[in-house]
Amino acid sequence: MTDSKYFTTTKKGEIFELKAELNSDKKEKKKEAVKKVIASMTVGKDVSALFPDVVNCMQTDNLELKKLVYLYLMNYAKSQPDMAIMAVNTFVKDCEDPNPLIRALAVRTMGCIRVDKITEYLCEPLRKCLKDEDPYVRKTAAVCVAKLHDINAQLVEDQGFLDTLKDLISDSNPMVVANAVAALSEIAESHPSSNLLDLNPQSINKLLTALNECTEWGQIFILDCLANYMPKDDREAQSICERVTPRLSHANSAVVLSAVKVLMKFMEMLSKDLDYYGTLLKKLAPPLVTLLSAEPELQYVALRNINLIVQKRPEILKHEMKVFFVKYNDPIYVKLEKLDIMIRLASQANIAQVLAELKEYATEVDVDFVRKAVRAIGRCAIKVEQSAERCVSTLLDLIQTKVNYVVQEAIVVIKDIFRKYPNKYESVIATLCENLDSLDEPEARAAMIWIVGEYAERIDNADELLESFLEGFHDESTQLQLLTAIVKLFLKKPTETQELVQQVLSLATQDSDNPDLRDRGYIYWRLLSTDPVAAKEVVLAEKPLISEETDLIEPTLLDELICYIGTLASVYHKPPSAFVEGGRGVVHKSLPPRTASSESAESPETAPTGAPPGEQPDVIPAQGDLLGDLLNLDLGPPVSGPPLATSSVQMGAVDLLGGGLDSLIGGTNFVAPPTAAVPANLGAPIGSGLSDLFDLTSGVGTLSGSYVAPKAVWLPAMKAKGLEISGTFTRQVGSISMDLQLTNKALQVMTDFAIQFNRNSFGLAPAAPLQVHAPLSPNQTVEISLPLSTVGSVMKMEPLNNLQVAVKNNIDVFYFSTLYPLHILFVEDGKMDRQMFLATWKDIPNENEAQFQIRDCPLNAEAASSKLQSSNIFTVAKRNVEGQDMLYQSLKLTNGIWVLAELRIQPGNPSCTLSLKCRAPEVSQHVYQAYETILKN
Amino acid sequence: MIGGLFIYNHKGEVLISRVYRDDIGRNAVDAFRVNVIHARQQVRSPVTNIARTSFFHVKRSNIWLAAVTKQNVNAAMVFEFLYKMCDVMAAYFGKISEENIKNNFVLIYELLDEILDFGYPQNSETGALKTFITQQGIKSQTKEEQSQITSQVTGQIGWRREGIKYRRNELFLDVLESVNLLMSPQGQVLSAHVSGRVVMKSYLSGMPECKFGMNDKIVIEKQGKGTADETSKRCLRQESCGKQSIAIDDCTFHQCVRLSKFDSERSISFIPPDGEFELMRYRTTKDIILPFRVIPLVREVGRTKLEVKVVIKSNFKPSLLAQKIEVRIPTPLNTSGVQVICMKGKAKYKASENAIVWKIKRMAGMKESQISAEIELLPTNDKKKWARPPISMNFEVPFAPSGLKVRYLKVFEPKLNYSDHDVIKWVRYIGRSGIYETRC
Repeated sequence: MTDSKYFTTTKKGEIFELKAELNSDKKEKKKEAVKKVIASMTVGKDVSALFPDVVNCMQTDNLELKKLVYLYLMNYAKSQPDMAIMAVNTFVKDCEDPNPLIRALAVRTMGCIRVDKITEYLCEPLRKCLKDEDPYVRKTAAVCVAKLHDINAQLVEDQGFLDTLKDLISDSNPMVVANAVAALSEIAESHPSSNLLDLNPQSINKLLTALNECTEWGQIFILDCLANYMPKDDREAQSICERVTPRLSHANSAVVLSAVKVLMKFMEMLSKDLDYYGTLLKKLAPPLVTLLSAEPELQYVALRNINLIVQKRPEILKHEMKVFFVKYNDPIYVKLEKLDIMIRLASQANIAQVLAELKEYATEVDVDFVRKAVRAIGRCAIKVEQSAERCVSTLLDLIQTKVNYVVQEAIVVIKDIFRKYPNKYESVIATLCENLDSLDEPEARAAMIWIVGEYAERIDNADELLESFLEGFHDESTQLQLLTAIVKLFLKKPTETQELVQQVLSLATQDSDNPDLRDRGYIYWRLLSTDPVAAKEVVLAEKPLISEETDLIEPTLLDELICYIGTLASVYHKPPSAFVEGGRGVVHKSLPPRTASSESAESPETAPTGAPPGEQPDVIPAQGDLLGDLLNLDLGPPVSGPPLATSSVQMGAVDLLGGGLDSLIGGTNFVAPPTAAVPANLGAPIGSGLSDLFDLTSGVGTLSGSYVAPKAVWLPAMKAKGLEISGTFTRQVGSISMDLQLTNKALQVMTDFAIQFNRNSFGLAPAAPLQVHAPLSPNQTVEISLPLSTVGSVMKMEPLNNLQVAVKNNIDVFYFSTLYPLHILFVEDGKMDRQMFLATWKDIPNENEAQFQIRDCPLNAEAASSKLQSSNIFTVAKRNVEGQDMLYQSLKLTNGIWVLAELRIQPGNPSCTLSLKCRAPEVSQHVYQAYETILKN
Repeated sequence: MIGGLFIYNHKGEVLISRVYRDDIGRNAVDAFRVNVIHARQQVRSPVTNIARTSFFHVKRSNIWLAAVTKQNVNAAMVFEFLYKMCDVMAAYFGKISEENIKNNFVLIYELLDEILDFGYPQNSETGALKTFITQQGIKSQTKEEQSQITSQVTGQIGWRREGIKYRRNELFLDVLESVNLLMSPQGQVLSAHVSGRVVMKSYLSGMPECKFGMNDKIVIEKQGKGTADETSKRCLRQESCGKQSIAIDDCTFHQCVRLSKFDSERSISFIPPDGEFELMRYRTTKDIILPFRVIPLVREVGRTKLEVKVVIKSNFKPSLLAQKIEVRIPTPLNTSGVQVICMKGKAKYKASENAIVWKIKRMAGMKESQISAEIELLPTNDKKKWARPPISMNFEVPFAPSGLKVRYLKVFEPKLNYSDHDVIKWVRYIGRSGIYETRC
């Protein structure tokens, strides 16, 4: 049998010939022709013109021929929907065939024909097949429900197929159960809210039983489904884990990884004191290691996952360093991944071995791999202090090889080592300087420039070296470093280098189009010209330590990825939403919360750095260390918060520094608020507010401030490297404040908080620095009330009440924006007298009037009035016209804008009408919103 | 789940294309060809994402198999499936080559229809598949046969059909080990492990229940806690075997083995598929017998000459013979000529492979042999130093380097009238080199 001949027909008029053959009387000839058609289809030729002829061959008792015709149908039915109907009858007939294989084939194929008209005819046969006596047909029908759902979800729901599918979970045949689980999981993914996979202890028990009996693929479907279950307590979690662990010995790596996923997830719920917890940890290591003897592609998937697991639970594989040693014949993708994991597992115990290996790798052929190996040596030096000296000497050996990219990579990492261990290894600078000429990559040049600038006092010819770099100043990549380095040099050796510094400053400020460079140039220039001592303090300030671990995956993302072990997301190290189109799989998964009480005790332990928490506050990630000398500026002196009443000058100074430099880094338009911010408008409003209260309303007894909305999450932890901020705005006795709740969801302690607002419509600005008194340790939450003033810079925002906020901590600067309710700006002296009200109402042109409906607000005039009054909307007069209550009200915004209102309330009618008049009509919309929120709460 | 599956030849021409999901179009076929098969650089990852479509590929000789998806699929499962598919195809028509694929494309489509439904892998055991995917047209199956097929495909014992009969009940056990070593030039073992497989060929009637036992340390120690009488028996047996128990780091089993029973009692019981299958895989790292030691000596004489001397020592019982020994000594790229002298076997410089290949047919235990070579180098101004790849070695020995011994394999078939004693059993041990390298 040589079917390959079908691939070689390239004659003209081929289609015509095929047509004739398809209609031939001889069965053999027909079959040959269909084969030819399929072969052409495979190579991408369009053979859709033969549709009717091929469909005519469908009525046959030759199963092989039938399958070929079906294959053709699946491919072309969509392009010929009307013709496809011709096939329906055969399908329906086949679904009744006595042979279960044919019944299954028909239902399987029908589901793949994506033509709306056909799906209608599919329902009845499918319903029968779902209840077929033969398990083979049932398991095929189960998948078919998922196919149908993909074409027409509504139809599936209307026909009640979902319930039938749920029933199949209790089927006696394990394969039917597995396919039903797979189909339901897929359908559930596109309906995240629906409770399709109603998992409860009973159904879980059924799944666990089926797990022991079904095929390897079925086990994967079931384990993946189990991973979505949330056990109700730690005992249930443990019992599931116990029944899943035997899967770790399965020959199929996917079964093993899916089992690992379930275990890693449910382990979260187990207490660490439990004996079982330790046993489980021990059981996880061997199967993970075994995955490394699988085929290379699977090794790659396994290594990407191990990378996550090592970050989440370093204790599992800490003794298994050797298995990650690179083999000479490993494919490059396996090598690079192994190297990553080696660095993560490096510790004092195994550092000697690791270093010996890395040195070996640095002589290999593949450039990427060699670079990574060199970089790894540097990481080891930083991670394991005892090895630093050996690492440095290894790096020096490598520099001696003079291999261009090795030298450059080595210089980049040596810079980090200098940062980590100041004043220890500077003796090697001379060697580094010998290799200046070979540096052609920006990163290496930048590192070298930084080193020369930082240690200018020890390098005799530092000025010459930097001058030589300056010749190529227009090579943009290292300009910032060069500028800073020369300023440092100047501050250290002012006498000889004045000319050089002037040259670089003028280059930066006059000849450059790069705003970052220009801004930095000006800052240095002004600093140097006004106060060289301060300049010294700023530019040569002590740098913060660099952290030991780099490219750690951010904790919230890591937790999410752990829930996706084995899947593509874990291979890409990205959440599914980053690479899956549409609604599927975009639901965020998260690890279950730990139920045991030992939470606080263990949190520092889980931090992969393992450094005592006391050391952490001044650690920033090393990636940013080129920026380090800039960043450490704005971390500034620790803001030891002066309480509200103390001298505002001091606060202003701090703000100036923080704000000004923030804007340099972020490139945003932050402007430091003027100094005398807070206390100015404190006294008066309270007084007048109170007197107003007394003179008008005897009904309102309580001195409750204006309405406060519940806190909403403004900055999710996902976006801010673990810092979650939620908050709301309040106005109480004349002062506005922003009530913040900061939660640290990272593994690292957070300190040095500061806050800045962008310019906004009403000049809102923090009236005091953000005071977080103690460092915020992991999982801790603090509540802070930040007083606000309204004397900041003003810029009209869109929408009007938009507020852009920057929050900084020791990790990074984060930006978010929020909308504030306008009523926090209604001042206490917002009551107009009647005459004035009348005059103003008339005075404001009619086109400035806006009308709104407030629905579902069954309040009488009295109650509405008092409710509004507590939020500083004052009733000036009240009238009753034709059975309607008319309230005339006034309010004043912090910036002096008056808003006049007429509120018409009809007894018995739940909605009322609000007319607003104001000289600045754009606020009306927001005032209306304020009314609505106040009245409805 | 898997959205489509394509098979290409080395030129990137499509041989098989089967699309399972609507989100995968014909353009995906071309995207993979352009971005992976025809890519200028070597492939850096077996998973490629092109325009939000993910491609998983494996290569068999010069055939590319690619699975395509747009969803967050189980990546490990996709690769396992691709390997499985290769196994199934190999079981049907032998080597996976362009010729064979073209010749069997109808069969492949039929298989793909059966083992992957809407992208979900279904039963892919060749034993089961061969009962109903035959390419013989429709056989007139009786109703009984049909239901037997479907119950086997979906059943709990999907890998074996009922009613198998042999006149002679016989089974073969092969313990196949590959021993891996990475040694430093000074003779220090950097890493060593044995990955082993127990392959079983069974020709047994009915539905036999089997129980397999080996000198697993955990099992032996457990039994050691039994009565003193038993202990002394065990000692006797051990003496006769001449080998202590071994510590198995981890093992995985064919899906016929009852994993929960292994987990609780550490006993390996199963109903085997008919014919050949891999019963278990295991890995050991402790007390490995390294059959050979390689002692390299490389000396650079000036810039144009290298002197290499390599000694190999065999380290096992003198009565045993190692076979197919091959030592591969890498040479620099700028080698111009090589002179070799070896005491035993044949050695040749192979310029195309940049290596001296030294072959010895047989070598007994506790012996030693030596090769020395002078390598002439062309002067180059290449700054890059020669990477000095490790010296690798291949061999085959008639014992298990891990020390694993089969203690028993008991067969019970309650319904048929044959007992454990009637089964003829064969056990064979083969140790091969895996990656057996010594740095120089």
